Amino acid sequence: MTAREDWWYDEAAGPLVRPYAMVRGRTRPNAPDLHLVTQVRVSAFASDQTSLTVEHREIMALCTRPLSVAEVAAYLDVPLIVVKILLSDLIERGDVIVQNSSPQIPDRDLLQAVLDGVRGI
Amino acid sequence: MVFVGSDGQLTVPTAVKIVIAGGFGTGKTTMVGSVSEIPPLKTEELLTEAGVHVDDLAGIEGKDTTTVALDFGRITINTKVVLYLFGTPGQNRFWFMWDELATGAIGAVVLVDTRRLDSSFPSIDFFEHRGIPFVVAVNCFDGAQLYTVDEVRHALDLDEAIPVVLCDARDRESSKTVLVGLIEHSMNRLAAV
Ligand SMILES: Nc1nc2c(ncn2[C@@H]2O[C@H](COP(=O)(O)OP(=O)(O)OP(=O)(O)O)[C@@H](O)[C@H]2O)c(=O)[nH]1
Ligand SMILES: [Mg+2]
Repeated sequence: MTAREDWWYDEAAGPLVRPYAMVRGRTRPNAPDLHLVTQVRVSAFASDQTSLTVEHREIMALCTRPLSVAEVAAYLDVPLIVVKILLSDLIERGDVIVQNSSPQIPDRDLLQAVLDGVRGI
Repeated sequence: MVFVGSDGQLTVPTAVKIVIAGGFGTGKTTMVGSVSEIPPLKTEELLTEAGVHVDDLAGIEGKDTTTVALDFGRITINTKVVLYLFGTPGQNRFWFMWDELATGAIGAVVLVDTRRLDSSFPSIDFFEHRGIPFVVAVNCFDGAQLYTVDEVRHALDLDEAIPVVLCDARDRESSKTVLVGLIEHSMNRLAAV
């Protein structure tokens, strides 16, 4: 068993106790438009963090630069559903800003920019 | 919800994605790693033991769950655009993940191992049926280049319009060329409609 599995699949406590506790019993994100690549970052008006949990604060520390929901989940090492719920809290508080769209098929200009970018790496 | 721009200062880049698909062990993770600017990351979706996607934790407490892992990499295009590359999960039963991955994607690279051509049929079917642009990249495992591009095209029953290229997923330049080919293919498709 890896260290990761170890901390959220707790054999003594049973499966999923940890992620469930982490979101304090909340079951679904109240910001439903969070997808794998949705970009999030800390807002310029982040409020007082004293009432935040450790996990929320970890997200705040990570997202001083824009990251995708998938990256936040990977760096925190928690399942996507859990990170979506935690991010929802921060978005609601105005501490985190989010890309205002679901994934869209890129238009020609965007594809050209991606093409130039990939050629340049 | 606070949206981009409403605070007047900070913005977030536009995110785009490319799916790296193909059968089990065809080099998907290798290709993601060879072009990504960060070591490939891993993120996990929760499933019930029966394989049903968990998008709501209600009633899940104490139940047995399993996870499906996605690996992905990142290429920062410029300050306004970031590209993500997602490797599909090896097991085909996780189609719900494929749907999420494919939605809004630039397109897909379907990696093919000529020793096991049939393992890539489900990927090709998936992208064909959804009308998502894709290219087929034949990963040249050492000494395994048994067929020409035309033979692969024929064996996979691919339309003439679908690009088929040879590649070495371990090689950055080779993987880059595959991605460039896919983006150009996507642009051509856009121009055609
Ligand atoms: N010789 C050779 N070996 C390769 C190449 N690409 C990948 N491999 C090797 O093939 C094996 C499988 O590659 P992965 O990148 O893990 O394949 P995958 O498609 O991600 O596999 P799953 O996620 O398990 O389906 C690894 O041992 C790689 O080192 C290649 O172009 N040539
Ligand atoms: Mg893999």
